[in-house]
Amino acid sequence: MDMPSPDARVMAKKARVIERLQSVLPTDAVIHDPAETRAYECDALTAYRCPPLCAVLPSNTDEVAAVLRICHEEEVPVVPRGSGTSLAGGALPTADCVILGVARLNAVLETDYPNRIIRVQSGRTNLSVTGAVEEDGFFYAPDPSSQLACAIAGNIAMNSGGAHCLKYGVTTNNLLGVKMVQMDGTIVDLGGAHMDAPGLDLLGLICGSEGQLGVVTEATLRILPKPEGARPVLIAFDDNAVAGACVADIIKAGVLPVAIEFMDRLCIETTEAFAQAGYPDCNALLIVEVEGSDAEIDHQLDLISTIAARHDPVEIRQSRSAEESARIWLGRKSAFGAIGQISDYMCLDGTIPVSALPEVLSRIGELTEQYGLRVGNVFHAGDGNMHPLILYDANKPGDLELCEAMGADILRLCVNVGGCLTGEHGVGIEKRDLMTSQFSTEDLEAQMVVKDVFDPKWLLNPAKVFPLASSQSRRHGG
Amino acid sequence: MQPTTEQDLAEVVRGVDEPIRIVGGGTRPIGEVDGVALSVAGLTGVTLYEPGALTLVAQAGTPVADIEAVLAAENQRLAFEPLDHRGLFGRGGTPTIGGMVATNASGPRRVAVGACRDHLLGVRYVDGAGQVIKNGGRVMKNVTGYDLVKLMAGSFGTLGVMTEVSLKVLPQVEAEATLVLVGLATAQAVEAMSVALGSPYEVTGAAQTSGGTALRLEGFDASVTYRVDALKAMLGKFGEIAVHEGAASTAIWRDVRDVAPLHKTKGDVWRVSVKPSDAPQVISNISPAAHLLDWGGGLIWMAVDGGRDIRPLMQDIPGHATLIRRETATGPTFHPEPAAVAALSDGLRHKFDPRGIFNPGLMA
Ligand SMILES: Cc1cc2nc3c(=O)[nH]c(=O)nc-3n(C[C@H](O)[C@H](O)[C@H](O)COP(=O)(O)OP(=O)(O)OC[C@H]3O[C@@H](n4cnc5c(N)ncnc54)[C@H](O)[C@@H]3O)c2cc1C
Repeated sequence: MDMPSPDARVMAKKARVIERLQSVLPTDAVIHDPAETRAYECDALTAYRCPPLCAVLPSNTDEVAAVLRICHEEEVPVVPRGSGTSLAGGALPTADCVILGVARLNAVLETDYPNRIIRVQSGRTNLSVTGAVEEDGFFYAPDPSSQLACAIAGNIAMNSGGAHCLKYGVTTNNLLGVKMVQMDGTIVDLGGAHMDAPGLDLLGLICGSEGQLGVVTEATLRILPKPEGARPVLIAFDDNAVAGACVADIIKAGVLPVAIEFMDRLCIETTEAFAQAGYPDCNALLIVEVEGSDAEIDHQLDLISTIAARHDPVEIRQSRSAEESARIWLGRKSAFGAIGQISDYMCLDGTIPVSALPEVLSRIGELTEQYGLRVGNVFHAGDGNMHPLILYDANKPGDLELCEAMGADILRLCVNVGGCLTGEHGVGIEKRDLMTSQFSTEDLEAQMVVKDVFDPKWLLNPAKVFPLASSQSRRHGG
Repeated sequence: MQPTTEQDLAEVVRGVDEPIRIVGGGTRPIGEVDGVALSVAGLTGVTLYEPGALTLVAQAGTPVADIEAVLAAENQRLAFEPLDHRGLFGRGGTPTIGGMVATNASGPRRVAVGACRDHLLGVRYVDGAGQVIKNGGRVMKNVTGYDLVKLMAGSFGTLGVMTEVSLKVLPQVEAEATLVLVGLATAQAVEAMSVALGSPYEVTGAAQTSGGTALRLEGFDASVTYRVDALKAMLGKFGEIAVHEGAASTAIWRDVRDVAPLHKTKGDVWRVSVKPSDAPQVISNISPAAHLLDWGGGLIWMAVDGGRDIRPLMQDIPGHATLIRRETATGPTFHPEPAAVAALSDGLRHKFDPRGIFNPGLMA
């Protein structure tokens, strides 16, 4: 993965930039000692690293605006950062950039139950948003697996999803407003506690813009009353394609589960060895969760089990208690950790139409043989968001490149069957250069003019999302 | 002008050198636009429908009714319950799916499942230079590149001419029931709706009309019965509760969706969006001739006489007002935006439509 070479003009004025930033922030909020900037040299896409010029940790919107005004005047690129859990390299620095971390912006500003909203500063972690309201019976619905660590800022930038988004939607469906600072320091409020936007839906545009249009400092989020209960059923199959057909039948039958998760044999065996969840010996399994009162849950689980029974399952295991539910989820929840124990892996997240599942899984099987790398599949089957995990050896020369080439083939396959490159992790640097397989030159241009409006100098997170060749003429120093 | 293919439409746009008024079925005449009419009604047909994937793709001129019929055959529906503006404007015509998206038309179920924009998965449109652009796609989860899909929803044809839309659909329900509380003052009604929407019983509609405060429950038969009882118990302190099932319940929500109580009223019709707890204050500041609360109080429809501009009366209550049906009121159709936001909106319109030919002045 190429990154643009640092701008020599910026590198030459490093001392002055740091000095100016120190003049508007507390001393401990400007980090420039190389030993300390190392903490910011990568996100969760750890294969790529680069220490930034410096990192700043403002504590409020005015400080963010002051930082951005200086960087705008000095023409220094800025990379916003939440918790650094991006899997796409969204928060990867360049040597000539200032990392703007929002970790100190972590307060709850307002909780309002009658109107079912919470207003938080953007550095607050996803799970702690729910934490702030759950004693009163509410929760914040989007639940990425990284929710203990990831920040609302990153969730908004990536439009993150979670296991329960089949029912509750992703970040954009639960975001009502933001306070955002533009690259030139202008502070704007978009949306608010009311339910729809007045003019053009700029809020919808900001969500998922990967830190390229502005720095979000506050967010108004929709909170929901907690359901009475939730329980899953585990359904085991001998065949991936049959599992896929079962998913479509469940959806067609009019049940709307909160989650439908899929795991293939490699994932099942690896997690069994790791977490001993007691999964059956099978080639594919589904975990389908529904919500409601006990009786409502039983009714829906019975319906799902009846549908599944028509697909010749190896086993149907309906949870009857919180304990049984936890065991069913245990394996799925440890899947990534379990694979991480046996190998380095790269996690893709292309989405496909659910109907293409059998075809895509069998094509991935063929690619496995062609590349000689193993792939585990664990994903959100209800919405077609795949998570193929390609296993490789980081210490073996050439293996990462092989893995990336195979990943690119899988993602192109997702696009070719009618899907897309990324369902929830974002483009970042990882999928940047594949964008031309999904979009025409005109399609990409239509997106880039949006950045021209919000950030005419292309200083905010400039080397992400768009193929470097496409954005070359716009980028600072390009 | 009524092209029948996307290519022809793009050619028309490339060829014109005067302002264009984009029309679907012409059933939602919100705001005034001068210009030659370009109809999208010639682009029709469902291009793809996969019930098992909950997705449907259709040409922008396809009648909404056709799409609802196709979905009904598979026991599915457009869950955001798009409102039909014909009654409000007292006109006929055939609402199209493109017009629905361009106005982000969303009904009572918005409180539970989101608005039209939340169900829009992808668009194809012709931009101001006559180029065909696609964004989003036909899958439910997609964060590839910027979300121009949301931007197109509710853009009232000021950014491009939509030619194809792709939508998330949801299953029909087995049963529905509506609880009606009678005689509540606005503040009490909003409180009752907040209690209901804050309960775990999945209320899919919360509205107040002159007929009472209505709360809808939907789902499997037994589940609806259970939740009707649970919610009744919870709302006991608000007084007598009547329960309407099946067709009677459906009729209540059809009227709320289409703002039926204001069809016969005179005066300007405004649509106000605020946080629910501010609704009583808005109504008392404005004292409309007639009104209807939807979305638990978050959406207020008002008939206001005498051509009054209601925006100053909202004082510092956060939210916005759109003049949907203008009789005598002066002033802009859309709520003026703060300068910094207006600069962004204008900037986008200029990039998408550099010649300023699409519905010029409608939103600005
Ligand atoms: C183990 C693991 C599991 C994961 N599971 C999921 C999952 O289930 N679903 C899912 O969707 N994702 C998942 N992710 C990916 C990741 O957690 C999400 O993308 C998350 O939203 C990133 O949040 P963050 O705060 O860490 O952001 P960062 O990684 O710090 O940044 C992400 C992007 O946001 C931008 N950004 C950060 N702050 C701001 C700001 N204030 N204003 C504007 N832009 C900003 C950055 O520039 C960058 O482009 C997972 C990651 C890991 C490591």
